[in-house]
Amino acid sequence: MSGPRVLLDPTSEQRPVQRERVSRPASLEGLTIGLLDISKNRGDVFLDRVESHLTERGLTVNRYRKPTFTRPAPVELQQQIATECDVVVEGLAD
Amino acid sequence: MEPQPDGLIAVVKQDCPTCTLVEPVLQQIGKAECSLTVYTQDSPAFPSGVTTVIDDTALEHSFRMNIEAVPTLLRFENGKPAARAIGWHRGEWEAVSGLENLGTDLPETRPGCGSKSVEPGIAERLAVQFGDSKLSSRRVEVGDLEDEMEACFERGWTDGLPVVPPTEERVLRMLEGTRRKPDDLVGIVPPNNNTCNVEKVAINAVMAGCRPEYLPVVLAAVEAVLMEEFGMHGLLATTFFAGPMVVVNGPVARQIGMNARINALGQGNRANATIGRALQLVIRNVGGGIPGGVDRAMLGNPGKYTFCFAEREDDSPWESLAVERGFASDTSTVSLFAASGVTPIMDQASRDPDALCRSFAACLRANGHPKHANTSPPVLVVSPEHTQRFKHAGWSKTRFRETLNNYLEIPVEELVTGAGDIPEGISMDRVVDRKTMPKFRAGTLHIVRAGGDAGLFSAIIGSWGGTESVSREITS
Repeated sequence: MSGPRVLLDPTSEQRPVQRERVSRPASLEGLTIGLLDISKNRGDVFLDRVESHLTERGLTVNRYRKPTFTRPAPVELQQQIATECDVVVEGLAD
Repeated sequence: MEPQPDGLIAVVKQDCPTCTLVEPVLQQIGKAECSLTVYTQDSPAFPSGVTTVIDDTALEHSFRMNIEAVPTLLRFENGKPAARAIGWHRGEWEAVSGLENLGTDLPETRPGCGSKSVEPGIAERLAVQFGDSKLSSRRVEVGDLEDEMEACFERGWTDGLPVVPPTEERVLRMLEGTRRKPDDLVGIVPPNNNTCNVEKVAINAVMAGCRPEYLPVVLAAVEAVLMEEFGMHGLLATTFFAGPMVVVNGPVARQIGMNARINALGQGNRANATIGRALQLVIRNVGGGIPGGVDRAMLGNPGKYTFCFAEREDDSPWESLAVERGFASDTSTVSLFAASGVTPIMDQASRDPDALCRSFAACLRANGHPKHANTSPPVLVVSPEHTQRFKHAGWSKTRFRETLNNYLEIPVEELVTGAGDIPEGISMDRVVDRKTMPKFRAGTLHIVRAGGDAGLFSAIIGSWGGTESVSREITS
C-alpha cells in the first residue's frame, strides 16, 4: 500500500501526537556538560574554546570523541554520555 | 467516484465457473438493445464479446455496489440499484434485464461464487481504502524513516514487549469479533478516569496479538475490572505485587482454544497470553497506568505482563468456579482476581483427602505471612491428580472447602504480635474472646481446577487486600 503508514492511537489522546523535546535547562549551574567531538576536522579546536569558556565559569565539563563522523556514535559511547552528563554540546561541521 | 449510469451492470470473475457459464448470456444481453457494463474482478479480458468491460481488479466498484457473490446482475435507475440477481437464475435475470429467452441452453439455475471484495482480509482493506471510516481514534502517522514496531515503543504504547502495530485494517478486522459498535462505551478506566469505548479496546487487543474471536472475552474482562468492588485503581496504585488475573469459564474457552491443561499458567497459548495482555494494555494506554507513575508496585510480578487461563471443566468431578458463583455451566464468563504470583504446593504422599486438606492448609497459611489472618482469599488451583484424590474418596467441592476452612482456623496465640519472637502479627485488641481466627476473610477461598494430567502439585495465587473478586458473563 502506498502513502504514509497510519496507526490508530491506542491512548486516551490527551497528549499531542508530536512528542515534545526535553526543555532546555534555565541554568548550567551544577550540571555536567559533555563536549562531543565527532572527529570532524578542527572540531577539537572549537570544543577546546568552548571548554575553556565553561571551565572559567566554574562548570564541570567532560570530553568525548566519536571514532568517525561517518557513523552514529557507538552504543557504549551513547550510554556513557547519557549516564555521565546533563547536557551535551557537539561540533557538527568543519 | 462517478455515480453509475442507468442501465444493466454485471459483476463477474473468470475464476468462477458460473460466471464462465453465463458468458454467452452476457454476450446475448450486450447484443440486445440495452446498455450493459461488465465489471470484472480478476481478468480484464473476461468476458469476451462484450463491448464495455471495466477492470475492477482494485475492487472499488464491487465494494461500493456491495457485491457479495458473482455473477451479480443489477439494473440501475436514477443512479441507484433498482433490481439485483445473484448467481445464475434465468427467471431473475430476465426480470432484472427485461429480456426474454436468456441462456436457453443453460440449466435453470446455478449458484455463484463469493465476490473477491468479501474475501477474508480483503473486505477490511477495501473498507479502509474506499469506505467511510467508522473509527474515531486519532490517526498517528509513522515517519518514512521510522520502523513501525519501534514507533510503538517510542510512543510509550507497549508493556516492554513488541506490539502488533494497530493499523485501521487490523482494527476493523478485530471489530468483526463483536456485534458491539466501535463507539459503544465500555467504562471509565483508572487511574486517569478516561472513557473507553469498544474501539479503544479493539486497538489494544490488536496490539496485544489477539484474534478477533477473543475480543468479547477482552471486553468482558475490561468491564469486570472496572466494577467498583474490584478496585482497579487501588490494585494499580498499591506497592504490593498484584495485577489483574482473568479466569475463563464456559464454552468460549474451548471455542477460542484456551489452555486449561499442561502449563495452563505458563506461556505458549495465544488466547491465554494475549487476552491478559490486552487487558493490561488498556489499563496502560487508555487509563494511563504506568509503572513508576500511578503504578507504585515495589517489585510487581511477571503476571503483570499477562495472566489469563481457563478452568479445566470438561473432566472435573466438581462444579466450576462460575457455577459456584451462580452462572449456568453453558454460560461463558470471566472472573477477575488480584494476583500476586504463583506459589507451589507440593504433596506427593497424601492419599487420604483429609491429609491432603491439612497439607494444603499448611501451605495456604504461609500466604502473605503465616501470622496474618482475615486476609483477602487467594485462588487455589487444584491439579487434576490432586482432584482425583477427592473424587476417589467421594468428596464434593463443598466438603473439600469446609474441611480446608476448618484447618485454616488458626489459634490466636500463634498469630498475635510477638508470638514466635516475630513482631509481625495480629494485635491483641483484635482477638479478645477469640480462640482462633480464620486465615482468609469470611473463610472463602476461590477454588479452580487446572493443569496437566501428571503432577501431584497444586498452586496458590495470592491476592491483595483491597479487592473483591468479580465475575461477568461474556456476550458477543
